[in-house]
Amino acid sequence: MESIGVLLTCPMNTYLEQELDKRFKLFRFWDYPSSTDFFKEHSNSIRAVVGNTTMGADAEMIEALPKMEIVSSFSVGLDKIDLARCKEKKIRVTNTPDVLTEDVADLAIGLILATLRRICASDRYVRSGSWKGGDFKLTTKFTGKSVGIIGLGRIGLAVAKRAEAFDCPISYYSRTERRGTNYKYYPSVVELASNCQILVVACALTPETRHIVNREVMDALGPKGVVINIGRGPHVDETELVSALVEGRLGGAGIDVFENEPNVPEELFALDNVVLLPHVGSGTVETRKAMADLVLGNLEAHFLNKPLLTPVV
Amino acid sequence: MVEDHLPQVLVLRPPKSFTFFETQFSKKFHFLKAWESQLPTTDFLATHAASVKAILCNSSTPITADILHHLPSLKLIVTTSVGLDHINLPECRGRSISVANAGQVFSEDCADLAVGLLIDVLRKISAADRFVRAGLWPISGDYPLGSKLGGKRVGIVGLGSIGLEVAKRLEAFGCIISYNSRREKANVSYRFYSNVCELGANSDALIICCALNDETHHMINKEVMKALGKEGVIVNIGRGAVIDEKELVQCLVEGEIGGAGLDVFENEPDLPKELFTLDNVVLSPHLAVFTSESFSDLFDLVTGNLEAFFSNKPLLSPLLDE
Repeated sequence: MESIGVLLTCPMNTYLEQELDKRFKLFRFWDYPSSTDFFKEHSNSIRAVVGNTTMGADAEMIEALPKMEIVSSFSVGLDKIDLARCKEKKIRVTNTPDVLTEDVADLAIGLILATLRRICASDRYVRSGSWKGGDFKLTTKFTGKSVGIIGLGRIGLAVAKRAEAFDCPISYYSRTERRGTNYKYYPSVVELASNCQILVVACALTPETRHIVNREVMDALGPKGVVINIGRGPHVDETELVSALVEGRLGGAGIDVFENEPNVPEELFALDNVVLLPHVGSGTVETRKAMADLVLGNLEAHFLNKPLLTPVV
Repeated sequence: MVEDHLPQVLVLRPPKSFTFFETQFSKKFHFLKAWESQLPTTDFLATHAASVKAILCNSSTPITADILHHLPSLKLIVTTSVGLDHINLPECRGRSISVANAGQVFSEDCADLAVGLLIDVLRKISAADRFVRAGLWPISGDYPLGSKLGGKRVGIVGLGSIGLEVAKRLEAFGCIISYNSRREKANVSYRFYSNVCELGANSDALIICCALNDETHHMINKEVMKALGKEGVIVNIGRGAVIDEKELVQCLVEGEIGGAGLDVFENEPDLPKELFTLDNVVLSPHLAVFTSESFSDLFDLVTGNLEAFFSNKPLLSPLLDE
């Protein structure tokens, strides 16, 4: 398989890159100053693309690579892949479900605790040498608070299971009600937000779910409410989020994803009731290796004409 | 005066919750406020407190044999803490003085913070938040990877009410729970280690939830930390002195353990300055119990205990003799 051309869209994982280099003929997209020149010279050599949440395989790339047979995404999210076009051209698509579910759910709870209990703000406070004793601020208890989850897929269910251990009543919104859970279903996100204190975004990003957390939802959540985003930046209307937080109309936010990563609105930097993370949802040594192995396994299966491990299309 | 009809309660130094709820408290009890007097404590007590039956204190007000000697009528100590290490318990037993503490009102908040600190250290939440706020994400690119919580072996030091709440929560994350306690507990499915060093050797993280007393002072020492190992994490929501702090700092600086989440320290609010330079440490200013909900529950409990005492009813959260 060393002659099979694989295009890696951006640096994402050293182990993955090394293994791809060993097993295939690897092209690193970022090594080429001009994408047009790259496509002109190498387009017929590329049979597979490995992408991630930063850069996947959009219409332009798909059209430029006529020999592409498979897109193997180093992510579970597929919002950076033109799935319709892939289907049309019979290009296979794989992602990395399940292996990252626990890490993302763990981070959601970590964000809730860090936001409600002001863990990061307290750490900053102590590090600045300001702790003199006798000073204190009361924070908000997590145990028993109502948690509303947007999207009850693998990650949403894992968040629910963890929140239940904190005695949190769980409610959710999804496109259709799910059988087999005791969680309360709300047919709209606004209704969900009106009936919970902590709103967790855990759904896929599609044209329908863009800005699913908008001003109306934030108003429903209110000055004691908290938004936790472990989905995709565009799930939340970021401009509205910033003004709601700055003006105190929303109680707090724990955010791992942003509309224009790696840029984060600087107005948020001064706020103690927000926690800001640089898209680390699946960012553990263990999980990234498992994701890389899944990408490699899917590519190998494809080129050996075996069934794909985690096909989407 | 109306307050003369209210039961008298002595307060040497005001607990934080006292300050918070003073108005409500003062409707029910007449507080003798020793800290407002110019007199040294023992003189104040000799002059004003001979007939005082109840005292309200917090964990930073030592109730020593000397103080008890100056309170011949004392029959009840209500402390706003769970910890009792500031009270001379043998002296209280000898004088038949009852002690009531904060019972279970803080257990959930303490457990929540322990879990929050553990996730923070493993997933580098505070450190990554600092990174973003410093504007480094566009410059430095991807943040270094953390460590997965699921599947980690967590050793709980002290399986009391707080330890049990921590265990229950971490089980939901797929952690494997074991513990060390003075005695093995019946009706608990977690693996028991009679020796804290053995617990450390078989754990990826230790969560300190035990009381501070003569046996537990500096119980987490160099030996335990070495047993825990270079990837190991320690979370302390008990008392600072359960850990040999000097050793802890050295182990952290030299990479002998992987990280720490600390809400308590040996000499609060003074911390070893080396801790401020470490990215694998999360520091919290002893506020595991400082939520509005806990304070409200504490107020109800303290009031309930005092009212029960003054109407000769059983206390709500008496210390059980151990």
